[in-house]
Formats: sequence, C-alpha cells, structure tokens
Amino acid sequence: MSILVIAEHDNSSLKQATLNVVAAAKAIGGDIDVLVAGENVGAVAEAAAKAEGVNKVLVADNAAYSHFLAENLGDLVAEVGKGYSHILAAAGTTGKDFMPRVAALLDVAQVSDIVRVESEDTFVRPIYAGNAIATVQSSDAIKVITVRPTAFDPVAAEGGAASVEQLDVVKDAGLSAFVSEEKAESDRPDLSSAGVVISGGRGMQNGENFKMLERIADHLGAAVGASRAAVDAGFVPNDMQVGQTGKIVAPQLYIAVGISGAIQHLAGMSDSKVIVAINKDEEAPIFQVADYGLVADLFEAVPQLEEELKKAV
Amino acid sequence: MKVLVAVKRVIDYNVKVRVKPDNTGVDLANVKMAMNPFCEIAVEEAVRLKEKGIATEIVVATIGPKASQEQLRTALALGADRGIHIETDEEVQSLEAAKLLKGVVEKEEPKLVILGKQSIDTDNNQTGQMLAALTGMGQGTFASEVVVEGEKVNVTREVDGGLVTVGLNLPAVITTDLRLNEPRYASLPNIMKAKKKPIDSMTPADLGVDVAPRLSTVKVEAPASRQAGVKVADVAELVDKLKNEAKVI
Repeated sequence: MSILVIAEHDNSSLKQATLNVVAAAKAIGGDIDVLVAGENVGAVAEAAAKAEGVNKVLVADNAAYSHFLAENLGDLVAEVGKGYSHILAAAGTTGKDFMPRVAALLDVAQVSDIVRVESEDTFVRPIYAGNAIATVQSSDAIKVITVRPTAFDPVAAEGGAASVEQLDVVKDAGLSAFVSEEKAESDRPDLSSAGVVISGGRGMQNGENFKMLERIADHLGAAVGASRAAVDAGFVPNDMQVGQTGKIVAPQLYIAVGISGAIQHLAGMSDSKVIVAINKDEEAPIFQVADYGLVADLFEAVPQLEEELKKAV
Repeated sequence: MKVLVAVKRVIDYNVKVRVKPDNTGVDLANVKMAMNPFCEIAVEEAVRLKEKGIATEIVVATIGPKASQEQLRTALALGADRGIHIETDEEVQSLEAAKLLKGVVEKEEPKLVILGKQSIDTDNNQTGQMLAALTGMGQGTFASEVVVEGEKVNVTREVDGGLVTVGLNLPAVITTDLRLNEPRYASLPNIMKAKKKPIDSMTPADLGVDVAPRLSTVKVEAPASRQAGVKVADVAELVDKLKNEAKVI
C-alpha cells in the first residue's frame, strides 16, 4: 500500500494538522508520501521531510497553487494520486474544498472526517453531528479520505529524513481566480490546535463582551471560540464557531461561557480533555458534559476568573 | 439567467437522533423530516438573486423517495419556479448524487448551481464539489457572500482563519455557509400557489446513473457518553481544581 498525504500549509510553514494526518496514514500502514502544493514552498517541503514516518516529499511549486484553489489542486492531486492506494488530507476548509473534486475525478467515493482507522478499507466517522458514529467500508480501488486532525495524535515533527522530489505538473484549470482575503488578525493560537479554548455563547449578549474572554485567553495562551448561537446573533465572525458546522476542537482545557450546550455545539468540543462550563442556568445541558460546572452569572464569574487566574498562573 | 438549486430531505434539525438498537443506522421511522438547513439557505439565495433581477428562473431539484416532494413544495413556496424530482428509494451517496445532478445540469444548462455545504445527516460536505468537478465548473464553497457581475461571480468563502474571495467564471457551483443569508418563511398564499407549480419526475435510470453505493455501512453506534463532573461553589474553587486536580493550567 502507498499513501499520499496532502500537506496543509500557508506557503511558509507546515501546519500541525499535516502531522496528525500522517499519523492517520501510519494507522493505515504502508509507504507515506507527502505532497506539498503551493508557491515558494521550499521551507514547507523541508519541514515535511523531517516529519516522522514520511518516505518521500513531492513538491508542486507553482503560482497556480499559491491560493489553494480547489479546481487546480483537485486536478493536480487526482493526477499525482492515481498511483496510490489512499489519498489523505486534513478535514479543514482547504481539504473539504478540493478533496471531493479529487474523488469525483477518480470516480471514487470520499470518506469524510474520519476519527479512527479500523483497517485499510474500514474507517470510523461521526454522522448526525456526532449523535451517531458510523463504521464504513470502502470498495473503491483508491480511498480518498479527509481526516479529523484532533482525533489522531501527531507524529513527531523532527527526526525524519525523507527525500524531496520536485514535480513539474502544472494544472491551471482557468475556472477560478483569487480575488482577496481577510485574515483574522490575532496573536492567539489557532482554534483547531490550541491547547486551551475559551468559548462564549448567546449569554455573552454582544460582541464587545467577548473582550472579557480575550483577556483570559491572552493570560492562558488560549484561543477564543463561540457557539453557533453567538455567531448567528452577529456577536463574532463565523471562523470562531465551534460545532457541527464550524470547527472541531479537542484541547486540554475547554471553557464554555454562557453556552447552553446544544448538541450541535457539543459535536465540536466534547472530545476535549477537561471541560469547564459557566452558566447561570443550572439545567443547561452543557453541565452534563462538563467536568467542572459553575452555576453563576458570567458577568460576575468571568472577571473573578481573570483575577483568580492572575493569582494562580 | 437560470439558477438550479439542489435540496435534500433530512431529519428535522430539532429532532433528537437515536441509533437503532441493532446498530444498522439511525431510527427515522415516524421522525419529523425537513429540508436540510443549508439547502434552505441555498433556496433563499436563489430567490434573492431573482428579486435583484439577476436570476430569471429558479429550478429546484431533489433526490429521494416520494415523500421528498414535500421539500420541493417547500422550495416552490419560498420562490422557486419549478421542481425536478429524481425519485428513488435507494440510499444515494454523494458521488452518485453528484452524477444525478450532473444529468440535470446537462438538461437544464443553468448558469449557477447552488447547494448547501453539507447535509446534517451524513455530514459529508462533498456533493457540490463533486458536481463542480464532474461538470468542469469552478466552485465557491462555504459562501458567505455572492456577487454576480456579468459572466463572473465573486464568492466570499468562510475559511479557517478568515474569509477568502474567489472569482469564478459562469457557469459555477456555489455551496452555502450559515451567514450567507437568513431564510424567509413561506407565506400561506405562496404555499397554496406552490401546489400548482410543476414538478417533473424522473428516475436515476432515466439519467443513466447507477446509484449503487461505494461505501457500505458496517455499523452505526451511539457515541460514548461523557460523564457529568462536579459543580464547584465559586471561581476560587474552580481555579484550584483546574490547577491542582486536573492540572491543566
């Protein structure tokens, strides 16, 4: 068996999710190659070559890939990947965008968002917002799979010595073009991979009040998230959403503030190691999954938490 | 221009999902069904394009059993002009759904195809992208803004860490994210009018598509449940527990 892992990166550095996906590839077993597609990705390729368990790094360095347009990546990965038994990518917004194109072009099904590998053709994935866990078996010759990064412990970033090979496959479908981007400016860690996440819900009442959470986040080196209710209410942008239709997180510590705990939210955070809930409604379902629950008005409890944390850490 | 919207019948968003005792799937008997929420957003976007004078006709398609016509009627009540029902009682997976919709695209030749980004039952997030690849179209997935200008559409996409805007040649495929719009409710007169709008029925065989699934479900289980922990009296106790018991700060 041979597995092609598509690296997740921003053209300058390799994202940790790639190491989680390599771990999923190791669980399947076989030779693991990593494809780095982007523009001026020398440093990314170098980092991928050092990752534990990687056999070979393939580099497609071209302006056509610089913005990870799905049409171009889809064509590239379908061509490079057709000699492999498995093609894996992280189930982030990039992988979710181009991988189904790869599957369609290869005329195979895609297995989305796997959380466990049972065997080379059988995988476990949540459905119905995590209310059910399905074990599915693929009968296709090539398995196209997106991997939930938080479900696999990353391989070591150092220690490997894979060879690096330049590809001269340029696929520019000419169907789409990058226009602009608005990156959320933040010095905080990425929500999907942060060790601590503090999230606010509808109980926060407005976007301004999220500053209270940001101060705690800065103190703990945490990322700030939100429930769908808070996003729907317009308090914060959608890229902060944790849940079925947002990001899936599994930090060491998850602090839910003013979040009732709708099943769609729980789907995004219930694999966290320790969950803290602060809510004034003691019947809120979030308390059923919380390791530590505090029934309190968040507008009193959160400032106190900031003070106590300053004393304690 | 003509806009095609694809919608899916799924378990209602508010229904508590129960796994069948024999672990073959989720119990859907006598459960309230509805249009997938992301598909509602897709219909709404098409209707808004029509209200702006950009879309001239909205065709709505669905794949599923006879009862899926309810979701077509809902879309027609919201403002779609006519429906296409690809009727089958078989389980249709994403790749096969994309092939069926490709057949509809070839017949209807829409300039824009709008779908929800994922259905809340299988959570696959695949069909729109697969349809785009099979028809050789560009795609704007997870859209939060759609601006049509002449033969181009600019789609602002919700991505990890912010927003990205891509420009696509028409025809193109768009999949909707939550913030694209807030779907309206159908008015009673429009629900009545929708009953008279035409629905064209066909089968997968009519479109020449084999819908046999490539993925087989080995089993479906309920998730491991998390045990509720303890309630703490105050913030000081909470911080103490986090530091000395859980050791996470």
